[in-house]
Parts: sequence; structure tokens; C-alpha cells
Amino acid sequence: MTAIYILWRRQLTRFVRTRSRIIGALGQPIIFLVAIGFGLNPIFQKAGGGNYIQFLAPGIIVMTVLFTSIFTGLEIIWDKQFGFLKETFVAPVPRWQILLGKVLGGATVAMIQGFLVFAITLVAGFRPMHWSSLPLAFLFLFLVAMVSSTFGAAVAARLDDMQAFPLIFNFLVQPLFYLSGAIFPLKNLPMLMDFITKINPFSYGVDGLRYAFSGVNVFSPWTSAAVLVGVFIILMAFGVYQFSKVQL
Amino acid sequence: MTNIIETKNLTRKFGDFTAVDNVTFDVQTGEVFAFLGPNGAGKTTTIKMLTTLLRPTSGELWINGHDPVHEQHQARQSFGIVFQDPSLDNELTAYENMQFHAILYGLHAHEYKERIPMLLELVGLTDKKNNYVKTFSGGMKRRLEIARGLLHKPKVLFLDEPTIGLDPQTRNHIWNYIKELNQKENVTIFFTTHHMEEVERMATRVAIIDHGKILTMGTIEDILTQAGTDRLEDAFIKLTGSAIRDEAGNAALNRMRVSNKMMR
Repeated sequence: MTAIYILWRRQLTRFVRTRSRIIGALGQPIIFLVAIGFGLNPIFQKAGGGNYIQFLAPGIIVMTVLFTSIFTGLEIIWDKQFGFLKETFVAPVPRWQILLGKVLGGATVAMIQGFLVFAITLVAGFRPMHWSSLPLAFLFLFLVAMVSSTFGAAVAARLDDMQAFPLIFNFLVQPLFYLSGAIFPLKNLPMLMDFITKINPFSYGVDGLRYAFSGVNVFSPWTSAAVLVGVFIILMAFGVYQFSKVQL
Repeated sequence: MTNIIETKNLTRKFGDFTAVDNVTFDVQTGEVFAFLGPNGAGKTTTIKMLTTLLRPTSGELWINGHDPVHEQHQARQSFGIVFQDPSLDNELTAYENMQFHAILYGLHAHEYKERIPMLLELVGLTDKKNNYVKTFSGGMKRRLEIARGLLHKPKVLFLDEPTIGLDPQTRNHIWNYIKELNQKENVTIFFTTHHMEEVERMATRVAIIDHGKILTMGTIEDILTQAGTDRLEDAFIKLTGSAIRDEAGNAALNRMRVSNKMMR
């Protein structure tokens, strides 16, 4: 178990040392908040959707957590290229512990980043309904972080260089975000869109977070939590399998 | 004496290329075994198979009585390794790299708090212990990797060209320590090198491999007699030819190796 701890701590140590990355990762959420949030707010309100910032903020927080933790998962590719993965993989530590340590590290880093963005949304005028709902919100956020870091790690395990990164980011991660109900409500959608958003696990993350913050939800929060936990377990099993196939 | 390492008809192919071809050898517990060969001969591929990083295409192998393919965990508990290629985390300090390794290998705090300073002293990095590895020169990184490989006391220690890029003083120092480790703790040493004087000084037995095949195996005297030369270096050249080699092998892996070497 100490192996999980040291892998987690390494991720955290590396994170706090890269200030430029911490600041850099705040850029995109801020642009979203300002350009899309304030830009579409008048139309959203006219359409009877209420305050758009209030609607969008949970989506942006999820976006931050999703992108950050996927990226941390993909750092495995760097470890491979710099040879550090060999050092980890010859150690007498079961693969699931290595994966879990990395995933927990990635998720923790993403949570910190998500918390920073949460603070920014507060400045932009976002207000949670009850402050007492914050623990539930962060629980949902943590599930999102675990799911996406496991996803990133499982995908990265079999890739040899970062050249595949744009492919994964543009064709997998971005669609997962845009089709998750983060920027538009999952109501009255065309059938295909409705289907896609419902099989996207991150829809349940966004919805759960929105429920915790504003009491608005499409799915039952229990369903959302169950879907996220279920997907995490499946991805974890897939990740352990991927890790066991790695040859260096 | 029991065999701590055994291979039987060990073969590894990368596509059409056979990196290790039907290799059979064994190493006894407590030996210092030199595994020699020109670049691209199949040394590192063999070590990678023994250390669970690569799966053999065919053949059998055992390390400390465990099959690295099916009993990975037990096999991993048996060895330590200094890789040929870089394997440090550049964003961590020297001490943090050591600590990471120690905890990964289950050393207790009281053990590693004693051993890390001792080993950093051995490789002359005591005053650099809190510096980031990314600020280190190639030689310093190598010394740190060796210190790290010596942290836990395994049954078998693999050293894949450990002294590459090191000055004679450091090499002398490190080999003395390894010899002591071998004699006092009975740690089996399996090493590769291109410095024949290290082999003459250290090895109890030698195997020479080329094009994936073992050419000869035995004590240094055996090999000198067989080749009819006075020096091991001459015997090596006589047996493996004087042509200069490229590092062949898996093209993608090789590209990574080359770029890794340049990153040092």
C-alpha cells in the first residue's frame, strides 16, 4: 500500500512544481466562462433557461477536472519516453497498485485544479444554492476525476509517444466534454444526440454536480453516482489489463 | 551451488529480426557473471526478458526459481537492476528519486534513511542530493542510477553497462562496492560492459553473445585458451569480428533508445 502512496505523492510533487501548468490550465475555463458564459447569457435567459453562468459553472468545473486528469493519465507516455516507467514496472508492486497510485495522483491534481476554477466561477457570479452541498459536489467531482484519470492511464499504457495525443484529445476527450450537458441542457435533444449524451458517463458527472450545486437534475443523483462508480470499476479492470500487456 | 538464473532455448523476435536466438545459459548463486557482446548483440533484450519487461517469443527462463512470464511478482522480488537507458525522474531531486525507489521496494523509513545517505556518499552525490536531476550531467545521472540500484539488497543485481560515461575513479569506487556486496551478502551479479578490464577484474564467468547467439561461455582462462589470445579484448574481437555494429533491434524501440541517449 505504501507503493500507492509514493506514486500519488510523486504526481503531487511534480504538480506543485509546475506553476506555469497550473496557471495555464486556468486559461481555457476562464475563456469559456467569459466568452460563452457571458456571451450566451442573454439568449439563454430569453429562452427561459435562467442565469447561464449558474448553469454553465458546474460544466466548466467538470471540464477542468476532465482535461487535467486525462492529461495526467497521459503523462505515463512521458514516463515511458524518459525511461521512468521501467523503474516503476520492475518493482515488486502489483500492476493494479501502480495504476491506482497514478490514478489517485492524477485525480488529486485535477481536484486541486477544479477547486481553483470553482473559486473563479464564484468571482464570475456563480452561487451554489447551499454551501452545505459542497461535500456532495466534490464527491461527484472526485468520481469524475477518478473515471477520467483511469481512462487516460489505460489509453496511455499502450501508446509509445505523445503524437497520438491530439488524436485522443480531439476525437475522444473533447466530444466527451461537449456532449455531456456541460454547456447545454439535456432536454428536447434530437434522438441521436439524446442517445449519445445518455451513454456518455460524463453527462452523469455534470448532472450530479449540477444537482449538488443547484438542485437541478435530469438523472437521479443515485443513478449518476452508480454510473460513475460502475464506469470507474470497468475502466480500472481495463487499465490493469492494459498495464499487464505493456512491454518496455 | 544452485542456479539463480537459467535460460533454455530463449528466443525473442521483433518482426523478422531475431534479437535473441536460442540462448541457453545458467548463472549460479553468488557468481559475478559478465554478459558480453558488441552493440545490438542481444544483451539488453535478454536482460529485459529476465527482468519481466519483455516476453520471450519462445524458450524458458527462470530467475530465483520463478518464471518471469507467469510468476512476475515473485521474479520481481528477486532482482534489482541498473538499466542501460536513463530511468530517472528529472523533475524530482536526487534524494526524492532514491526515496521513491526505496518505498516502492518496501524499505522501511529507518532503513532507507540510513542507506540513502550512505549510497549517495558512495557515488559522490551527497552535496547534490537536493538538486533536481534535470540539472545533472550524464555522469551524475548514471551515478545516481547505480546508487538507486544498490538501495535494496536483491538476490540478483543486473547491471546493464553500468559504468558508461564514468571516470576511472568513480568506476573503481563503484566496482569495489559491488564486489563487497557480492562477497559479503552473496548477491549474484549479472553485468554487461564494454570495458574488458572490468570483466578481468570482476567476473567469475563470462558469456559472449553476438547476433543473438551465445558464441562461448566459461571462465576468463577458458575463453583466452579457446581464442588463443593473451588479452580478453583480443579474444572478444577475434570471436565477434572487427566490423563495427549498428544497434539493430526493434526499430521503434531503437529510436527511443537513441533519443534517450541524446537526452542525457
